[in-house]
Amino acid sequence: MDVIEQELEELETAFQAKVDAEQRIEPKDWMPAKYRQTLIRQMSQHAHSEVVGMLPEGNWLTRAPSLKRKAILMAKIQDEGGHGLYLYSATETLGTSRDEMFEQLHSGKAKYSSIFNYPTLSWADIGAIGWVVDGAAIVNQIALCRCSYGPYARAMIRICKEESFHQRQGYEIMMTMAQGTKEQREMAQDALNRWWWPTLMMFGPNDANSANSAQSMKWKIKRQSNDDLRQKFIDATVPQAEFLKLTIPDDKLAWNDERGHYDFGEIDWDEFKSVVKGNGLCNRERLQARIEAHDGGKWVRDAALAYAAKQKTRNAKAA
Amino acid sequence: MSNETKNEHPLYEVFIRSKNGLDHKHVGSLHASDAEMALTNARDVYTRRSEGVSIWVVKSTDIVASSPEDRGSFYEPSDDKLYRHPTFFELPDEVGHM
Amino acid sequence: MTDKDMLFDYLLRLGDNSLILGQRLAEWCGHAPMLEEDLALTNIGLDLLGQARMFLSYAGEVEGKGRDEDRLAYFRDTKDWRNLLLLEQPNGDFAKTMARQFFFDSFQYLQFEALSNSSDDRLAGIAAKSCKEITYHRRHSSDWMIRLGDGTDESNERMQRAIDELWGYLPEMFEMDAVDDAMVADGIGADVAGLRTKWDAYVNGVLAEATLTRPEDSWSVRGSREGKHSEHLGYILAEMQFLPRAYPDAKW
Repeated sequence: MDVIEQELEELETAFQAKVDAEQRIEPKDWMPAKYRQTLIRQMSQHAHSEVVGMLPEGNWLTRAPSLKRKAILMAKIQDEGGHGLYLYSATETLGTSRDEMFEQLHSGKAKYSSIFNYPTLSWADIGAIGWVVDGAAIVNQIALCRCSYGPYARAMIRICKEESFHQRQGYEIMMTMAQGTKEQREMAQDALNRWWWPTLMMFGPNDANSANSAQSMKWKIKRQSNDDLRQKFIDATVPQAEFLKLTIPDDKLAWNDERGHYDFGEIDWDEFKSVVKGNGLCNRERLQARIEAHDGGKWVRDAALAYAAKQKTRNAKAA
Repeated sequence: MSNETKNEHPLYEVFIRSKNGLDHKHVGSLHASDAEMALTNARDVYTRRSEGVSIWVVKSTDIVASSPEDRGSFYEPSDDKLYRHPTFFELPDEVGHM
Repeated sequence: MTDKDMLFDYLLRLGDNSLILGQRLAEWCGHAPMLEEDLALTNIGLDLLGQARMFLSYAGEVEGKGRDEDRLAYFRDTKDWRNLLLLEQPNGDFAKTMARQFFFDSFQYLQFEALSNSSDDRLAGIAAKSCKEITYHRRHSSDWMIRLGDGTDESNERMQRAIDELWGYLPEMFEMDAVDDAMVADGIGADVAGLRTKWDAYVNGVLAEATLTRPEDSWSVRGSREGKHSEHLGYILAEMQFLPRAYPDAKW
């Protein structure tokens, strides 16, 4: 073993000891290259999801059925944009730039949550997204508040605080519709039918098939396994659906006294893979919308920079 | 840096005083082309829920930071100067609060 | 028209301006040139929506026929809308959206400053609250006018074109009709014709700093206060009103 290798091993041991002791890792601290890469991948994917996630809800902003709902939805979508921004900022502390992350998103190299490749077809979808999709995201994000990387954990804490109204507003929409006219009840049930399974997929593959999970758990980037989080979400959501008198589209869903949890059916992972691969109804539209916003806005950003440069020169001359 | 070649707006760090009497606290960062935009963006991004009464923005590249390697020489020398802390001094209970 | 009818109409004008512009800004959601601007545009949209709700609720109460903010927003057809023609114009590119915003912000700022002294306390209250919001809107859009005007050749061209395309919609802002005259006479409304000089001074200052040319007054269109709108409004309403109209018995 040469000196460099030995040093590296010592650094890694010290790093792991720090993580084990629940100390946070901060941007300038030494960290294994793979730890940095894993974080960049996961955090940028998380940021992309927030920003792409603005689109399916934005699809109903101009058609919200009351001015109050319109205002609430606008505030909520704005929050998603803010959360994307917090996460991009946190990721930038790892030495990548927002433009680099955008490039990876636009070239298809970086992923975003596949849930946003599904279309929002009725107003009830806005309720379902808030209730189950945000509900699932919150379960994930609460776990991440204790992530070992300081900037990520802090961003998550801020996001969780702000998100607390998102799920409630979604549930309130569902409640109003479930207790509304026959057509509204049908819309609500239809929305739940379409969003339920994709929501369960948000937690990722089963633990047995999750390649990166073990290392991420060891590094405390992930604090709970995919299956544990999924179970937690289902256990919390089933009674909420019962209260709405809506049916969760799963024949196998049943309370298991012995386990103290709900049993549920097998997720169709072929569909998951297919949507990730590009066969969702909205994959192309979502990506295209982001590319157009970024590329189409280049002249605006360039103009702002050009103006700032001119001002700088003028101020220097005046001084 | 890639920022310059790709014409990315520079990064600014944002500090917010949540109410008078408290310090400005670091809340995050954002991109802006100049200081005015950084200030208005900070208002739009970081005070959506009345979180602030005063905002500071500073270009990230203008921040001078100590490095983790300085930890030993910077902070450990103060560890043995316990007499700087009030608990170092034991006073009889009869003296009361001091 | 009775006094009540006139106040109702006057409040609709104020509320409809805010609502239609807010609706237009909502179209930007998720598509702004940068993420920070997405948040800025939605903040402005939220302010406008808030104003609209206050004015329309008040209008409904003044009318006294049981129409609330949503009944007024979702169940009026084109001819009953009172928003300025400028505000229903399509977003176009970011330059056009900002130019429209700038012209209106600098108008609405003066209008609401005057209205905050209205003899109608409720109207004065809404105006005073909104005035703080608009002060920020005007700063935001003025900044962009200057950045884009004095930015690159491309941004200057785009902004100049935007101004030229919108210029003929601006005189309508300063028009006074019988309702305005009556409202001014009662100490309720603002004399918008009288605001023109101040508006010109502010706008000219920004245009000059932005190295943009103030267009000649060669054309102008009008009619929104009589319900004569451009074709764009019909599409805005078709989209905005779809759900409550398709399911009139439903509550949301």
